Amino acid sequence: MPSPGSRGSRPRSFAALRDLPLIGRVADWGMGPSSASRRTRRAGARIAGLKVTESICPFCAVGCGQVVYTRDGELVDIEGNPRSPINQGTLCPKGSASRQLVQQPGRLTKVRYRAPRATEWQELDLEVAMDMIAQRVIDAREHGWQDIDHHGHRVDRTLGFAHLGGATLDYEENYLIKKGFTAMGAVQIENQARI
Amino acid sequence: MSIPHAAPTEIAIHRPGAQRMGFFTDTTTCIGCKACEVACKQWNDLPADGSVFRKGGSYDHTGSLSANTWRHVRFVETLQPEGGPTLPSIPPTQGQHDWDLRDPGSWLFMSDVCKHCTNAGCLDACPTGALIRTEFETVVLQPDICNGCGYCIPSCPFGVVDRDHDDGRAAKCTLCYDRLEDGLEPACAKACPTDSIQFGPYEELVDRAQRRVTRLHEKGRSSAYLYGAGDAPGEELAGGLGAFFLLTEAPERYGLPAQAQSPEQENLVPATLAGVGAGILAAVGVAAAMAFGRRR
Amino acid sequence: MAEAHPVGFRWVAKAQERGATVIHVDPRYSRTSAMADLHVPIRAGTDIAFIGGLIHHVIETESYFREYVLHYTNAATLVSEEFQDTEDLGGVFSGFDPGTRTYDQSSWMYDGGDIAASAGTREHATMAFDEHTGAGMDEGALKRDLTLQHPRCVFQVLKRHYSRYTPEMVEQVCGIPPHLFHQVADVLVRNSGREKTAALCYAVGWTQHTTGVQMIRAGAILQLLLGNIGRPGGGIVALRGHATIQGASDIPTLYDLLPGYLHMPRAREGELTLKEYIGSGGVDRGWWSHFDQYIVSLLKAWFGDAATAGNDYGFAHLPKISGNHAHFPTMLRAIDGGLDGLLCMGQNPAVGSQNAGLMRRALANLKWLVVRDLAEVESATFWRDSPEVVSGELRTEEIETEVFLMPAASHVEKEGSFTNTQRLVQWRDKALDPPGDARSELWFLYHLIRRVKEHYAGSPEPRDWPILNVTWDYPEHGELREPSAEAIVKEINGYEVETGAPVPGFAELKADGSTACGCWIYSGIYADGVNQARRREPGDLDAPGGWVSPEWAWAWPANRRLLYNRASADPDGRPWSERKRYVWWDEAQGRWVGYDVPDYPVDKRPDYRAPPDGGRGMDAISGDQPFIMMGDGVGWLYSPSGLLDGPMPTFYEPIESPVANALYSGVDFNPVALRWDRPDNPYEEPGTERYPVVATTFRLTEQHTSGAMSRNLPWLAELQPEMFAELDPDLAAQRGIEDGGWMVIATPRAEIEARAKVTVRMRPLRLGERVVHQIALPWHWGYAGGVVGDIANDLIVLSGDPNVTIEDSKSFACDVRAGRRERAPTAPLAGMPHGHCAPDQDHPAEEPNLHP
Repeated sequence: MPSPGSRGSRPRSFAALRDLPLIGRVADWGMGPSSASRRTRRAGARIAGLKVTESICPFCAVGCGQVVYTRDGELVDIEGNPRSPINQGTLCPKGSASRQLVQQPGRLTKVRYRAPRATEWQELDLEVAMDMIAQRVIDAREHGWQDIDHHGHRVDRTLGFAHLGGATLDYEENYLIKKGFTAMGAVQIENQARI
Repeated sequence: MSIPHAAPTEIAIHRPGAQRMGFFTDTTTCIGCKACEVACKQWNDLPADGSVFRKGGSYDHTGSLSANTWRHVRFVETLQPEGGPTLPSIPPTQGQHDWDLRDPGSWLFMSDVCKHCTNAGCLDACPTGALIRTEFETVVLQPDICNGCGYCIPSCPFGVVDRDHDDGRAAKCTLCYDRLEDGLEPACAKACPTDSIQFGPYEELVDRAQRRVTRLHEKGRSSAYLYGAGDAPGEELAGGLGAFFLLTEAPERYGLPAQAQSPEQENLVPATLAGVGAGILAAVGVAAAMAFGRRR
Repeated sequence: MAEAHPVGFRWVAKAQERGATVIHVDPRYSRTSAMADLHVPIRAGTDIAFIGGLIHHVIETESYFREYVLHYTNAATLVSEEFQDTEDLGGVFSGFDPGTRTYDQSSWMYDGGDIAASAGTREHATMAFDEHTGAGMDEGALKRDLTLQHPRCVFQVLKRHYSRYTPEMVEQVCGIPPHLFHQVADVLVRNSGREKTAALCYAVGWTQHTTGVQMIRAGAILQLLLGNIGRPGGGIVALRGHATIQGASDIPTLYDLLPGYLHMPRAREGELTLKEYIGSGGVDRGWWSHFDQYIVSLLKAWFGDAATAGNDYGFAHLPKISGNHAHFPTMLRAIDGGLDGLLCMGQNPAVGSQNAGLMRRALANLKWLVVRDLAEVESATFWRDSPEVVSGELRTEEIETEVFLMPAASHVEKEGSFTNTQRLVQWRDKALDPPGDARSELWFLYHLIRRVKEHYAGSPEPRDWPILNVTWDYPEHGELREPSAEAIVKEINGYEVETGAPVPGFAELKADGSTACGCWIYSGIYADGVNQARRREPGDLDAPGGWVSPEWAWAWPANRRLLYNRASADPDGRPWSERKRYVWWDEAQGRWVGYDVPDYPVDKRPDYRAPPDGGRGMDAISGDQPFIMMGDGVGWLYSPSGLLDGPMPTFYEPIESPVANALYSGVDFNPVALRWDRPDNPYEEPGTERYPVVATTFRLTEQHTSGAMSRNLPWLAELQPEMFAELDPDLAAQRGIEDGGWMVIATPRAEIEARAKVTVRMRPLRLGERVVHQIALPWHWGYAGGVVGDIANDLIVLSGDPNVTIEDSKSFACDVRAGRRERAPTAPLAGMPHGHCAPDQDHPAEEPNLHP
């Protein structure tokens, strides 16, 4: 609490002026209790009372805990999780910017499709796109299928399609990628680990 | 030691138990990551200023504090041969190579911010009451009151206050007044990975900072000192800084003034008169316009 | 670390406050250097010479931790009489075949040892189980000399191997002056031993080399000599750069691995049945003796009821690898017309992969491409925006590639887990729905394979058996029909087939088909039917050992936070010192106790000794042998098997270097490094004079990888808006380059332009009479997103470490000049021959090196 009368080192003339009964108020004109606006008086953290979800930062592999605040399904704020023994509430600039990662300009919400030789994107229904991709993957599997390789060894595989990615995908997702594509006979399944 | 406080009459908001809060920014633990800069923009919803590659700016491309950048990390890249022993010099040349043996010395980082001065020039200069002293003795600019007159801008000895290019109003760090109201620490201090930015009750902070200086001196870093806190009464920068710093080089190296008296403090009455005068002029203007409008 | 892992550095800063000395060895003076007590500038790519020098120093000054070395390493074990060192053969080890540029590793074995299954295997980068852990090794009659004097004991072999790695040689190779070298050596030695430990932290500056694996091995050898493995505050700490790149290796989207580091079946004789596969991967001694339980449980998890003992649990239906099917040869296959389609999920090869110009041409040669990401990335828009299209080399109207750009869900819009750099698996709750048609990869894979299964339903073809039988019945929830991530966690954890009850850990897995488990090392993550990765109790960090936080999330294996932690106690089971107490033997309880889960059979007494015949399984590991994954129970100073390029790290120059190898004249780069010698991947000759400047690439705090996750974020983009290159003032003056001005960086693949950052933070290095200049390039820019710039990876050649196919991107030769480029960056690659490979054949790209 400010101790009355301890005004530190305000210039003497100024302090003296302020001590005068009437002029003192004038010196502080616009600064008294009346000067706090309604908005200021109502100030409070915009995350107060919001839904809180615990998450993990998606950038590097330190694994900082994040706290995600949402209001009616809208993302409001992402901060460091103070309970995490890894980051204790802190975040680096990338982690601090992760709300903008989610709400970035140009964030995709529809499938974009570029036909062979086309010069523009076109929008595609998600289910249609999934059907088309399934067909492409199946065709590529058949086209690149090998029972034996050129050395005559049994290989039971396809070299028709490949997968790349995964180092920011969840391990559960990587599991389905490896399991699903291996079941299709694909071997060219790779991620950033060796790039 | 006595801790400086703002004039009680200046405090616009009173809450029981509220005490002076501040920032202690310890440049010796700053890694220059700019988490504070981003965390501040994130919390306060400030847009990016956009930037261009700055020649000679080290890794600083945003340049300075602004209406949209309330924390700013300054990079001091020492290009002189003197400086720390952190890099070895290459053994003396033998033969044809004759380049000089430069030593980068040190690379310093400092997260700058509004100082929340005890004697706040901006606050003194504000004619509209947009700038107020809160119950935490911080200086907060109320955007709903500010009329964009800009008097606060030259009144800040640190060049902190800036006018928003879009709406013309002034803007600066609020020391996360909204977060403080709910008992949360400011966004920059919370994010800082190495606790270079510390937040807390002012007295505790100053005490902690002084112990830190002592410890650094014991470890042989004799150049460490506090900027804006712990000065003798009467010699404090702007009456003592609510946001103060631990530095290891002269203030000017970090772009900080060695002296910090606001012109307004030297010249209170004319400033007040100017403000009042401006108000009167504006009122006259409005009246004239209304009269003009009515006549049409 | 302060630069690329700022929050990780929080703990380094705290250690420093408590008196730790921080040394930063890096070609450039970075933000980490600024915080370090000592910065050691080094010529990029010469770390083995530097670490080798430290190994030499530790041995010569007898400052190794003798008791640790004697008991916990293979220092005393004798090596085969047939072994010949690089010092004997002028830069190659015994077994080198110059025709194929491969090694026959049999002469590297211990005296009396033998590798059962993979003897004489000459194969590249098909990292296989027996080749990196010594599996299959029969070590019944190993000989030891506990005086460490026998000329063929590992200690003496090591000593001879590094005898020429003197401080003077370190200066000659690395550019580190002797006085600085000695400072580092003294700090390391002073901070290692009973009372203290030292850690080596590394990132891709160590791994992205054609000697990348050996670089890490060198660190491991040094740390074993100093007694810094398996102890708190020690270790060689990998600082991984992606949220779950660890998880993406554990549960591998990697061509040569099955989950849990089991190897992919290989197309060769003697490995076509399950029994043979287990023989090639299993081992008689040590923990890997459980290999059969893990593969059978995996097959049960994948093929369910269809997997039976009678059909080898479906093993024969798994696809088999032959050559190298890593990312690079796969993209070369695309160039040559042998790859129809590619799915990129959160990956951006048009910017992020080496020889990126070649990558973009490969994308343009696909029939179809699926990209899943949050926004438009370069790999999705190459047909419109790539430099090759802009320059007119490629015409959008002629590019046949069909592109599907699928909106992805972000990390807060789905549930799932990341495995961080310390193997800690942390679950994320879902905070909100993804926008519009954005979906998780889990959703994408689940619904894609569901469609594929429907397509093949009822097919009698043997090749379709795995598709028909792969278990894919995950519960769906919500309007979006999202598959249950928790159901997948349970499958990965493992369960009893009959009851469906989750198993408590991998010790309960069986080889008889009664258990299923998707990844044995993650077994226990769903113990008691609870998602252990979702635990969020940090505990009292200030209590003794409280900083281990064992109830915060879950670490594999078995929630162990520190591997091989039995080494934190002395051979008798007592802590080496009170300060470094971690896991120890409690005689009263008759078990290992401590702050962490012991990485050891919990009731194995320290005085237990393996039976005279050597024993089988874990019985073969004596109570004073902490390294239970190794067949001989000790840490390896010398690798008798497992590595394809030598039993001990040896210094070779990067594959492109302006400097000749000062240690082995005429053997400039790793003799068994992978090369793809072809017109669109041209190499510069060793000791090049055309490209006299050493270049390295690096990351900035403010940007992330190829920029796909940062350049489109205005808050980050403004902090580092433009591509630049850091160079020293002398080089700048020589070439007339001005600070803030433009400069061009050239290699045989490309010429890119960047802003010049002229700074004394970059230092020319003196190698004897020669001065070498280095430049450093961030690789975060591309042609899409909020801020754009030239692509550093355009400059870099495709190459590979022989063990794991990681490339030389952290050190390469280039030249620089002032000004801007006058043509498209990768114009030198234009007009390369395409389509010279029939699509239905194995392509030479998959057998690198053999086809110059």
